[in-house]
Amino acid sequence: MGIHVKFFASMRDLMGDDRDIDGAVIEKQGINTVDDIWNYCAQGKERSDNVLIAINMDYVDAQALVKEGDEVAFFPPVTGG
Amino acid sequence: MKVVIDSASFDPWKVLDDYQKNMSDLNGQYGATAIFVGTMRDFNEGDDVSEMFLEHYPGMTERHLENICLQATGEYQLMESLVVHRVGAIKPNEPIVLVAVWTAHRKQAFEACREIMEDLKSKAPFWKKEQVDGAEDRWVEKNTKGY
Repeated sequence: MGIHVKFFASMRDLMGDDRDIDGAVIEKQGINTVDDIWNYCAQGKERSDNVLIAINMDYVDAQALVKEGDEVAFFPPVTGG
Repeated sequence: MKVVIDSASFDPWKVLDDYQKNMSDLNGQYGATAIFVGTMRDFNEGDDVSEMFLEHYPGMTERHLENICLQATGEYQLMESLVVHRVGAIKPNEPIVLVAVWTAHRKQAFEACREIMEDLKSKAPFWKKEQVDGAEDRWVEKNTKGY
């Protein structure tokens, strides 16, 4: 089942178009928290303090636990309206 | 209560007219309607902006806006509320967002309309990318303060 990972706006740009990490499903093995997902996906890129995180479309912090089937999204401060 | 995310341009006054015509069951009950319309400027941070692209998180955006309206409905005794927000490519002078609330009295209407708008600006997952004359496209990094 894995964990579905999404990046929006400038976070998607940060990940780079060539890696297809946005929309990827990653294996749960070795992944416990949102932080673990970032470290797996970002390959050393720093996560700014203002990056927002959601699990299954609810805001969480970076220490939040993830489970099989979750959708985890990373995005910059919102700018709608 | 209604939340609409739409990639097509909309006329907020026509949308309001149509919506209110379908509220006949509330005729005589609401005494105040507060409306906010946000429109795209052709400038930002000292630069001319020719176009903008509005990205959103499908599903989360709708759910968050519905939650904002539900919360305001309880807090301000809203009789009705409507939020319409554009996504996709937008040109200057096109409306971006419409927030409208209907209440018995003006205090609740003014406060609810503002709270919904400020919550939308600070929490609803939308992101703007601007086309700036003579420069590369850029993500808008923060909203202007509302207070």
